[in-house]
Amino acid sequence: MIIDINFIGLIIASIMASAVPLILASCGELITERSGVLNLGVEGMMIIGAISGFALMTVTGSLIIAVFGAMLAGVLISTIFAFLTQTLITNHVATGLALTIFGIGISAMIGKNFVGIPGKEFPVLFEGLKDTIPLLGPILFGHSIVFYFAFALPFITSYFLKKTKIGLIVRAVGDSPESASNQGINVKLVRYACILYGGAMSGLAGAYLSMIYTPQWIENMTGGRGWIALALVVFSTWNPIKILIGAMIFGGLTIIQFHMQAIGVRIPVQFLTALPYIVTIIVLVVISRDSRKIRLSTPSSLGKSFHKDN
Amino acid sequence: MHKFLIRSFVSSLVLLFTLTVAAVAKDVKAAFVYIGPTGDHGWTYQHDVGRKAVEAAGFKTTYVEGVPESADAERVLRQLANSGHDVIFTTSFGYMNPTNKVAKEFPNVKFEHATGYKREHPNVSTYAARFYEGRTILGTIAGTMTKSNIIGYVASFPIPEVIRGINSFTLAAQKVNPNIKTKIVWAFTWYDPGKEAEAAKALIDQGADVIAQHTDSTAIVQMAEKAGVYAFGQASDMDKFAPKAVLTSVENNWGPYYVDRVKAVANGTWSQKDTWHGIGDGMVVISDLDSQMPADLRSKVKKLQADLASGKVHSFTGPIYDQKGNLMVAEGKTADDGMLAGMMTYVKGVEGDIPK
Amino acid sequence: MIKIVKRDQPPRAIFFFTPVLAIFLTLVAGGLIFFILGFKPFEALKFFFIVPIADKYGFSELLLKATPLCLIAIGLSFCFKSNNWNIGAEGQLTFGAIVSGGVALLFYEQEGFYILPIVILAGAIGGMLYASIPAILKTYFNTNEILVSLMLVYVSKLILDYLVVGPWSNPEGFNFPETRQFSDSAKLPLLFEGLRIHAGIFLALAAVVISWFVFYKTYLGFQMKVSGFSLKTARYAGYKGKKMIILVFLISGACAGLAGVGEITGPIGQLHREISPDYGFTAIIVAFLGRLHPVGIIFASLVVAITYLGAETAQIFMQIPKYTGQVFQGMILFFLLASDYLLFFKIKFIGSKK
Repeated sequence: MIIDINFIGLIIASIMASAVPLILASCGELITERSGVLNLGVEGMMIIGAISGFALMTVTGSLIIAVFGAMLAGVLISTIFAFLTQTLITNHVATGLALTIFGIGISAMIGKNFVGIPGKEFPVLFEGLKDTIPLLGPILFGHSIVFYFAFALPFITSYFLKKTKIGLIVRAVGDSPESASNQGINVKLVRYACILYGGAMSGLAGAYLSMIYTPQWIENMTGGRGWIALALVVFSTWNPIKILIGAMIFGGLTIIQFHMQAIGVRIPVQFLTALPYIVTIIVLVVISRDSRKIRLSTPSSLGKSFHKDN
Repeated sequence: MHKFLIRSFVSSLVLLFTLTVAAVAKDVKAAFVYIGPTGDHGWTYQHDVGRKAVEAAGFKTTYVEGVPESADAERVLRQLANSGHDVIFTTSFGYMNPTNKVAKEFPNVKFEHATGYKREHPNVSTYAARFYEGRTILGTIAGTMTKSNIIGYVASFPIPEVIRGINSFTLAAQKVNPNIKTKIVWAFTWYDPGKEAEAAKALIDQGADVIAQHTDSTAIVQMAEKAGVYAFGQASDMDKFAPKAVLTSVENNWGPYYVDRVKAVANGTWSQKDTWHGIGDGMVVISDLDSQMPADLRSKVKKLQADLASGKVHSFTGPIYDQKGNLMVAEGKTADDGMLAGMMTYVKGVEGDIPK
Repeated sequence: MIKIVKRDQPPRAIFFFTPVLAIFLTLVAGGLIFFILGFKPFEALKFFFIVPIADKYGFSELLLKATPLCLIAIGLSFCFKSNNWNIGAEGQLTFGAIVSGGVALLFYEQEGFYILPIVILAGAIGGMLYASIPAILKTYFNTNEILVSLMLVYVSKLILDYLVVGPWSNPEGFNFPETRQFSDSAKLPLLFEGLRIHAGIFLALAAVVISWFVFYKTYLGFQMKVSGFSLKTARYAGYKGKKMIILVFLISGACAGLAGVGEITGPIGQLHREISPDYGFTAIIVAFLGRLHPVGIIFASLVVAITYLGAETAQIFMQIPKYTGQVFQGMILFFLLASDYLLFFKIKFIGSKK
């Protein structure tokens, strides 16, 4: 077998590529959850993004329209969720679940005419620089613009939440909607915005799958990645930087597993696949048992409806 | 004027009558039950191409796609049997038990189950294709075209069908190039583009420059195209998904068999059979050979194809040894169908163990 | 001018009217979707909702499909009533099926009246064990039960996968991913010759009766309601909140486990990779649609079951894509949740005051 430094670079690059949709969707959901809203519809929004992106690319031929169209589709579908949970004050869990079921169904319905069509090539940046630096070359260069955006997003998100005024408002709304409301913040408006933003990021994550990662449309092609993204948010204890690490672990395990198989190491595949879920549960337990820690990291009004009586 | 109207009325009645008679004579309805979507461009897609051939032959057909192998399969089968279908093709292994169960209740309906081994009632037939013959050709091409001498193979589940494919592929590749190594990765799925692409990428990163697959999606050939290595289409001609990477595809061609069987039902000549057809009968078809292959390789492959079809060459011709060096097939002999059907050991030259 | 006023007490009539309204709105929206897709709306709705249950066999299939949904939803109603968000019923179903399937395989080719009860019990215990994980983590570690129970769904499916691909696969089955067929003594008896409806329906009915009794006739039911409002109030009132959480999870796990038993010892008769088309998730819709009321859940499970059957029939006879079933399920829940607004708020039309 070949163990050279470039080989390791290649593996890391594929792990990063598989982490992209998880990072995008998780960072979106993180903002939504930070505002106190639990949207279990990530999988549904992602699949809607996947079909919208692919369909628009096939019909219009424009990658830009397709990418933004997928984000818009995510926004539109999350508007249903926002309207129900914020205006009609419905239960977050049930509404999110309905969104996922509905999204999978409707995407398959739209996608009927798009199966079996090859996707278009998505341009990559800095392809020529790939071989210039050992190890880092394949990691840094030759990826799509969405890839670079995804890896910048956790840092942007972190900055947004910690350093900007709007970020502080989002956190205030999530931590104590009552006092935020008393200070004159429009809680519902903030939450609406955060939900729609989450929809846009999930839509983009879906488009990455159907346009860049495996350029084609297939029913149910998100394959549970939306649920993993939800787990990732918890895994990260609502810290965007940790999402980066978590997404690499979740996305990377499958790839590492295939590499181990190829060099002849046998491990039960199912055990390895189950590992991230078990790790998430353990992380949850560790952060939750300390009530001070959980208060510091979890938005305290998460999943609870807020309605101001007038 | 009136006369003209009456005449045309009468003649159209006559025409209608003859049409109806013609229709009655052929009034056999066939149903197809699919595991995946018809647009998977793989397994189900090819079955649906076969169904369209049946339609083209003048029969009515119905299909139900995405039927899970859970308790639902049985209901779908019964509903089809109940609603006037004369022959039902169940196109996935997991339908084996429901097919036999429902067949018992509907002795007048014929059932055709793909890739299974149970024929518990006289109205159940089974059919499968000798895909391993196609893999002999792929192995020959892979062994010739590889430069790194590492060939990647994405496999689905460790069942005889897949093991047989790996063996036949490796035997053929080693025959033209004794130095090759086949690296096998088990994806434990038939159809999951993301996972298949990741498996292919892992093999390419490990130095494989030709990728073979025994899973159904087009993700693998697309990944090969991106990485600039060779690959083979599975089930259908996947050339349009990866024009540079795909050297050829092994196509599943069910049409002739389906038409044949539906006609047999119409003529009343249908009887229970276990069909296992290969290149010779046209159930396994090799797509156009890519021009990147050298001319002498192309002619060699053409000849091999003809010899496999005529039976002059058999994919499993002795001497064949297993991994431990025990003789599996003696010199001058070929493996019989019983051995092929239950093949659960790797031949010598395949690396690693079959996952348990 | 329109003014929205909060109601003090949801009126009972509206409480049961909104599910009907939701179904009606779903039918209208569904007809519209059919129309857009180019099908005749009324014909499509007929094939979707009437044709599948037009005969004896179809009705039996409806009950067969509704049985696991009803059973799981009853269990979930214990959790949801007390504000415990167990959304991992699918995992509890799978684990229950694994345990009971394992026991059934132990009795391979053996006969005896005692086998079936043991197999059923094993399934209930399996479901309870699996549900106890999020319950214990919630009570003792303050862990979010939504996420834990959800993560465990994936783990359970992978355990099942591992077993049927590997150690439990049928030794005579050429390594295909499925176990042996269970012996007849390990299977639930069929109720009628030629129909698939099996004795599992009695388990569901028993669950309905017991839950009704518990909810409305016992102190426990009252406690559950109280703790549902807030764990703190419950504790303040001297109730044992922790025990309550564990209890409702165990009940719900047992029900889901039994639903799994019903599938594998009923229509399937063996273990393989696909034992449930996400009954555990769909049952959440059923629980809401049925208003967490035992009788309501019976009706809701029938309504949701028909979306499964209808999707097949519509595909066979009209070539309507099968995903319409899922779209309908999503829509019912959307409309129900939306119309719940009427429960808690009154829309008043008032003239402008001068």
